Amino acid sequence: MDTTLKLKINNLPQLFAALQSRGYTTVGPTLRDEAIVYDRIDSADELPIGWTDEQAPATYRLKKRDDNAYFGFNATPQSWKRYLYPPQRKLFSIKKNGKSLELLEEKDSNVKYAFIGVRSCELNAIMVQDKVFNSNEYKDDSYNSIRKNLFIAAVNCTQAGETCFCVSMKTGPKARSSFDLALTEVLTENEHYFVVEIGSENGASIMAQVDAAAVNENEIEEADKIIRQTESTMKRSMETADLPELLSENLEHPHWDEVAKRCLTCGNCTMVCPTCFCSTVEDVTDLAGQNAERFRRWDSCFTMDFSKVAGGSFRISPKSRYRQWLTHKLSSWVEQFGTSGCVGCGRCITWCPVGIDITAEVQAIRGVETQSEGSFGQQKGV
Amino acid sequence: MQLQDLTESLHKHPFLSNMDDELLKTLTSCASNVVLPEGARLFGEGEDAKTFYLIRSGRVALEIQAGERGQIRIQTVGPGEVLGWSWLISPYRWHFDAYAVEQVHAFAIDATCLRTKCETDHHFGYEMLRRFSEVLERRLEATRLQLLDVYGSAATGGENY
Amino acid sequence: MIETTLENKTEIKSSMVPALATIRRAIWETDDTFTLLIDPPADGNAFAFKPGQFNMVYAFGVGESAISISSDPAKPNMLAHTIHRVGTVTSTLSKLKRGDMIGLRGPFGAGWPVEEAVGKDVCITAGGIGLAPLRPVIYSLVRQREKFGRIIILYGARSPLDLLYRVELEQWSKLPNTEVIVTVDRGDSSWKGHIGVVTNLFSYIKMDSRSTLVMVCGPEVMMKYTVEELQRRGLSQEQIYISMERNMKCGIGLCGHCQFGPKFICKDGPVFRLPEVHHLLDKKEI
Repeated sequence: MDTTLKLKINNLPQLFAALQSRGYTTVGPTLRDEAIVYDRIDSADELPIGWTDEQAPATYRLKKRDDNAYFGFNATPQSWKRYLYPPQRKLFSIKKNGKSLELLEEKDSNVKYAFIGVRSCELNAIMVQDKVFNSNEYKDDSYNSIRKNLFIAAVNCTQAGETCFCVSMKTGPKARSSFDLALTEVLTENEHYFVVEIGSENGASIMAQVDAAAVNENEIEEADKIIRQTESTMKRSMETADLPELLSENLEHPHWDEVAKRCLTCGNCTMVCPTCFCSTVEDVTDLAGQNAERFRRWDSCFTMDFSKVAGGSFRISPKSRYRQWLTHKLSSWVEQFGTSGCVGCGRCITWCPVGIDITAEVQAIRGVETQSEGSFGQQKGV
Repeated sequence: MQLQDLTESLHKHPFLSNMDDELLKTLTSCASNVVLPEGARLFGEGEDAKTFYLIRSGRVALEIQAGERGQIRIQTVGPGEVLGWSWLISPYRWHFDAYAVEQVHAFAIDATCLRTKCETDHHFGYEMLRRFSEVLERRLEATRLQLLDVYGSAATGGENY
Repeated sequence: MIETTLENKTEIKSSMVPALATIRRAIWETDDTFTLLIDPPADGNAFAFKPGQFNMVYAFGVGESAISISSDPAKPNMLAHTIHRVGTVTSTLSKLKRGDMIGLRGPFGAGWPVEEAVGKDVCITAGGIGLAPLRPVIYSLVRQREKFGRIIILYGARSPLDLLYRVELEQWSKLPNTEVIVTVDRGDSSWKGHIGVVTNLFSYIKMDSRSTLVMVCGPEVMMKYTVEELQRRGLSQEQIYISMERNMKCGIGLCGHCQFGPKFICKDGPVFRLPEVHHLLDKKEI
């Protein structure tokens, strides 16, 4: 079978049907609450056909397109993270019986998700979280139980969002690996189709159930051209050379104070980030105090409680909390997991209520560093 | 104890380590060897600071009369350490009471004698001040740490603890 | 070989789900600190651990706290946790009686370098509750006394009434070539021991700066001052180990809370050789 196929737009529903016939719950982008969100969708009709989003620092709004593109938009408010690593998960229930306790472990999910429309940056984010949850002696079993059954239909980006910077992070706009299928939407005056690249046996076997034709050189070139155009029109970028060292050597840089004046420590960036993985636990009991449950839920390093020990919090100032987030994401993450924690999706820029731009903050630290290298260089390691 | 022996044993005290022989001799002329029984009172708050001590063995407790809180024991000084610096700073009066917690062997240094030497021999005076500043700095640092009350029950553990 | 066998390690069902264990006895050490003696999880296996490791201790319906193990690693049939009552979890734990049950996850983390200490002098420096995570090391050293050089135990507490393990400190001080020096921040006339900070105690011992391995545990400020003092006395950073504390929710490197720069205190520590973390100790709010 060919590794690249042409799927006409009218046959896209067959892909949904094929996946569902194999027991997959199909999840993809759809319109909800004046945004394009990832949700369970049962058919291609539920895709945000003809819609796009306008994004900028602290700005997100929907806009009608002048065509009928199915995937003509950029990063959704929330990433796929919430499916693989749900915001809240029960760990166990426990019952009191006189003096003794009885514990009931929550079973791992056996849900089979098919993600339709995973962007390259998000695919990279999933690979980052794969490392996070598997780099230890102790793995995250619940993550892995969902991840191992996952079907990924990636979609290559046909336009660059205003807050996107995947090109500089080398994470997009084209999906390179770790997908089952990768679709590029081509919409010309005469034709509307997907160039489908098959990335796994499972992907091939699904496509065998779908009416797809051979693809010709011109059609492949057309798809590539669109992706190249996305690449060349992406305005935002982050300079990653020596970034981990730059940040770890500049923990006392005056710019952290500058960011702290703007940062509200709301934690939005951590919630929308597709790689942020911090969690806390929560205990609840019934009124009689006989039954209790324990939950794990997402947490944010921007809260004061996050670093709290018996004697107090280690990170009290907003400055230290922003610094923790940024240096973890771009610097210590590399030492911990062998990869950056940032994939350039730009969500933290769009969803920061005051429009703090991670690329600009990095540039500011880099900028002062290079401008007054003499005096600042001497402060290193103080 | 012969003066020569005294100089030698003084030399072994950490406070005087690596001190120039000449200077050490100057100091020796103001020093004597003392043994204080357990419970002995070395000096008292408000008294003239006539003598200070280089402790060789045993332990001395410093106490302060804290009004209605009674007598508070704030510090102990042990082997290798210096007891007292009020002799160095006008009006040369002790701020604490000092008691031997156990039998104490020490060098007692005549403060008036030493002050005179310091005045007449500035080289010697500088050396003394230099060594004392170091002791003072360490004491101050320790006092700050003590002030932090690091083991105190700043019990703000809250829900998570 | 040092006897800290891990072959009979208790199987952990799932890393986030505790095993249930029963309190055998609760002992009040001071006004606000108590030791729980615990029968290990009832699955027949011994609960093997390394000195310096910790458990996540779960109090029914209230929560979980990371608490170091303070018992003898050679006696894995009875666990001990010495706990400072400072919040809701520890208050709940403080009310437990014989026969009550708790949840345990662990043992987690990197322990003290007992193997590395063989043939060397060992200086244990503890402040406050910091003596608890060091007690298993002391047990291990004492059990095989001949394998180690001089043993020095320096311990600082707030007041005489706050001293932990007084009977054992007394016993250890009587062992050959072993010194125990205790100091308190505040004393009264009835206290005949040292008064002053724990760093002062280094003046009273003549430590061989080349052949001594130092293990330090206490509040972070106390450890910072201790480390400074040790370096002033000619010890290299490689000879110094410290045990750190941070907020922990999982204990297994997944929740992100305990990060200290690139380190996860829970799995890379809590015990660190000083050079691993020293460059960050002086930085604020890391």
